[in-house]
Amino acid sequence: MDSLGILVSASGFGFVYGLTAQAAGFSPLEAGAMSVVVFAGASQFAAVGYVLGGFSWVGVIVLTAFLNARHLLYGAALAPYLTDRPRWLRAVMAHVLTDEAFAISIAHFRRIGRADLTGYWIAAIGSTFIPWNLATIVGATLGGSIPDPSRFGLDVIFPAAMGGLAVGLVTGRRELVAAIVGAVVGVSVSLAWDPAAGVIAGGLIGPLVGIATPPGARDTAPEAEILFGRRPTDDAARDPEAGIP
Amino acid sequence: MSAVLVPLALLMGLVTYPARALPLLVPGMQRLPATVQLYLRLVGPAVLAALAAVNVMIVLDAERHSSFHVGAEWLAVGLCVGVVAWRKNLFLGLLAAVTLLAVARAAGLAALP
Repeated sequence: MDSLGILVSASGFGFVYGLTAQAAGFSPLEAGAMSVVVFAGASQFAAVGYVLGGFSWVGVIVLTAFLNARHLLYGAALAPYLTDRPRWLRAVMAHVLTDEAFAISIAHFRRIGRADLTGYWIAAIGSTFIPWNLATIVGATLGGSIPDPSRFGLDVIFPAAMGGLAVGLVTGRRELVAAIVGAVVGVSVSLAWDPAAGVIAGGLIGPLVGIATPPGARDTAPEAEILFGRRPTDDAARDPEAGIP
Repeated sequence: MSAVLVPLALLMGLVTYPARALPLLVPGMQRLPATVQLYLRLVGPAVLAALAAVNVMIVLDAERHSSFHVGAEWLAVGLCVGVVAWRKNLFLGLLAAVTLLAVARAAGLAALP
């Protein structure tokens, strides 16, 4: 059922991404290539904004690397479950590791106490990769037939999506502070200098202020446990039957 | 059909893949220092919030001079943020934002960009 919800969401959001990319001047081939190769919604939406804003390619690539660095955390959380799997298989699994695939997989792996590759492929490919890419193509193709998209408010999709995605990542006081400071610094530097520099400055300074902020009452668990939950080895230490299907 | 941005997509993929693959392929990568883990966790909300704010609050003139913009788009983005915080559903939030702005523009309450 979780996968079904993700499938609907990925289809809708992929369609909106296709529309937005088309409105920014991307061809269906360019929008589709980004969905297949990058396959990371937030950074794809951001890239549309960067291209519209006239960023250099170097700037786009640096910001993409920053924005997608959080995937390090997802891989790190899944790694203990996958150590006995072939390296080539883990390399393939890595390409389709998204926010959604991680959220479903880590919950499932924890629930059953081991890795479930079928479950991972259903979450990562069946529910996300395929619908996301199909919907991108449909959105990028149909987008051209919508006259004057701003009349229908479609120009607000990009900033609204960025704001909504940011909210989805706010799980405590530090994330909230990082987001607010990122926004304030971003706007301030944009006014004083340039929007591209503003986004970079906000993205770099926000987390520093977030780190310096005392954690909230609900953020007091050890960082590793907040991020990753208990590792399978922890489960095994506490429960000798953990890990047995 | 234009393919000018396809190399950019490839380069974006090239810098994204290592973040996904390294912890799965390199032993010990899952034990990043706690401060690095925390910083990486905070980069996402900070960058995305900066993008949203800059996109909706800053306009550029023909010579790329920035100026502060106040408009109905603020309300639309705020509505999306509120819906996502409340319902945990981004698609619903986007739908609400687009509908609000479209109605406001149709009613003559908001200017076209």
